[in-house]
Amino acid sequence: MSAKDPQAYPLTAGMEMNGKAVGLQKYEALGGYEGAKKALLQMGPAQVMQEVKDSNLRGRGGAGFPTGQKWSFVPMGENAPNTRYLVVNADEMEPGAFKDKFLLEGNPHQLIEGMVISSYAIGASVSYVFLRWAYKEAAKRIEQAISEAHSKGYLGKNIFGSGFDHEVRLHTSAGRYICGEETALLTALEGKRGIPRAKPPFPQICGLWGKPTVVNNVETMANVPHIIRNGAKWFKEISRSSDGGTKIYGASGRVNRPGAWELPMGTPLRELLEIHAGGMKDGYKLKGIMPGGASTEFMLEEHLDTPMDFDSVPKAGSRLGTGTLMVMDHKTCPVGLVLNIMEFFARESCGWCTPCREGLPWLTGILRKVEHGDGNPEDLEILNEHIPLLGMGRTFCALAPGAIEPLQSALKYYKQDFEAHIEKKTCPYK
Amino acid sequence: MLTPSEIEEIKHEVERAGRGLNASVEALKIVQRQRRWVPDEELEEVSKLLGVTTHELDAVATFYSFIFRRPVGKNLILVCDGPACWMLNGHMLAETIKAELGIGLGETTKDGEFTFLPISCIGLCDKAPAMMINDDVYGGLTPEKVREALKKYR
Ligand SMILES: Cc1cc2nc3c(=O)[nH]c(=O)nc-3n(C[C@H](O)[C@H](O)[C@H](O)COP(=O)(O)O)c2cc1C
Ligand code: SF4
Repeated sequence: MSAKDPQAYPLTAGMEMNGKAVGLQKYEALGGYEGAKKALLQMGPAQVMQEVKDSNLRGRGGAGFPTGQKWSFVPMGENAPNTRYLVVNADEMEPGAFKDKFLLEGNPHQLIEGMVISSYAIGASVSYVFLRWAYKEAAKRIEQAISEAHSKGYLGKNIFGSGFDHEVRLHTSAGRYICGEETALLTALEGKRGIPRAKPPFPQICGLWGKPTVVNNVETMANVPHIIRNGAKWFKEISRSSDGGTKIYGASGRVNRPGAWELPMGTPLRELLEIHAGGMKDGYKLKGIMPGGASTEFMLEEHLDTPMDFDSVPKAGSRLGTGTLMVMDHKTCPVGLVLNIMEFFARESCGWCTPCREGLPWLTGILRKVEHGDGNPEDLEILNEHIPLLGMGRTFCALAPGAIEPLQSALKYYKQDFEAHIEKKTCPYK
Repeated sequence: MLTPSEIEEIKHEVERAGRGLNASVEALKIVQRQRRWVPDEELEEVSKLLGVTTHELDAVATFYSFIFRRPVGKNLILVCDGPACWMLNGHMLAETIKAELGIGLGETTKDGEFTFLPISCIGLCDKAPAMMINDDVYGGLTPEKVREALKKYR
């Protein structure tokens, strides 16, 4: 990814294939921290917020919530609480996702600049990066970037002489998927067991230590400096859809070139698979794709012309999620894959809600039976019955509803595979 | 017993974090740095430094996958059990580790050198199958590469 046009590939311009981070000097040469300078010296917080709203930037954490709108829920003005926080979600534990790692290791200063600008917009003098335990290299690079930014006056007191003070703090977690859910993340950041909170109140009103807090994903933050520097209009133009900007897409599985790439938002699935991922490996055919992590429904060959953006993917029965594809080939057992995924979610449930705490292990047990050839036809009925029982609205957070998305679509698309396990009393893929 | 320098470090974390409990994860990590796990005695000492009950602190300690309340070996072998690795037969690597070290998931070698645990997807999906040994990451694994990697820690 070297020598890319920064206007077309803002997030990855300057990144090299050698795995090293874009250093501060190089980042500055590419226009780094000019967005922050422009925001702090030439724009008011409300103007920054408006620009982000106008850009149609949608949250890259998976749900696609419009970022400017999210910020606008933070109480501002004289009567609002003085203390507010910005928290960057760098927990990235969604199985199959590796896009935030790519950005954190590839260009940590871009993240810091995004945090300074966003904090200015919501009036936060302290922000946090909540980083997952396993991202050791990213932790080192973020620490280094924070200290470099300090020595250049991009962080600290009176940044650019604007009167705005800001500190960025890094918190490294100790490994639990649920900490990526934004309210669990805040609870964990307070030093308690990372269990979600009931919403409302939403974090923008009552977040970290009860103060107004915005939680945004790493990739969301990385876009902010470019929007401010180049404008909302430019941001919308580089996209191929109504959602603004580019997207870090990626692919894993038996494809010729697994990896991550920055491409215009709305790039069709077929292009991702056939051009960027180089198509299926010799001897392997496409059986299905999970488009955005382990909590998204499968997509099939017939969905390959779907533009990969937040509104189009649901029309094909799934979600954009993280945008990092897990490609399943025809020699991989879909029952085994869903079992693997369900084992993960059952293990990672925080245990607060009964459907999640009890339901996921129950489903895991049934899937294990079926996969190992001990299933019977009633098991499929039980699996199907559970789908609505773990759906949205029955639990405090979206872990359980997310967990059943792959199962639900597998039961629909790969029914024959489930039945074959039961009839043959073994996994036909073994 | 906590060493004086550990106590200093924990106090420093508490100061930095503002409130005692806020520093819980950092404090537990400090305890683990030398011992590799958190024994009852140290848990109690830390809870006093943080100004919380032992139960409050243990609730945090037992919540996280990488805060250990039981002894673990000198080296942690963490094999990714995520779906991207599973599709590329990552689960078969357990057999290699069993053959090399004689331990299965959740077990520690008799000499206390290695503990073998699963880890959720570590973001190396494009280089699956993958694992970590301590802070080092390894991708594109084959049984041969696992054997090679293990040698470095023996
Ligand atoms: C179980 C669960 C895990 C999540 N994990 C992450 C994560 O690792 N990273 C992330 O950015 N968002 C994650 N989210 C979404 C966050 O709750 C939140 O919506 C997101 O961080 C908001 O950022 P955005 O508006 O920039 O997208 C998770 C949600 C759930 C329900
Ligand atoms: S759905 Fe599961 S993970 Fe989410 S709050 Fe309920 S029990 Fe916890």
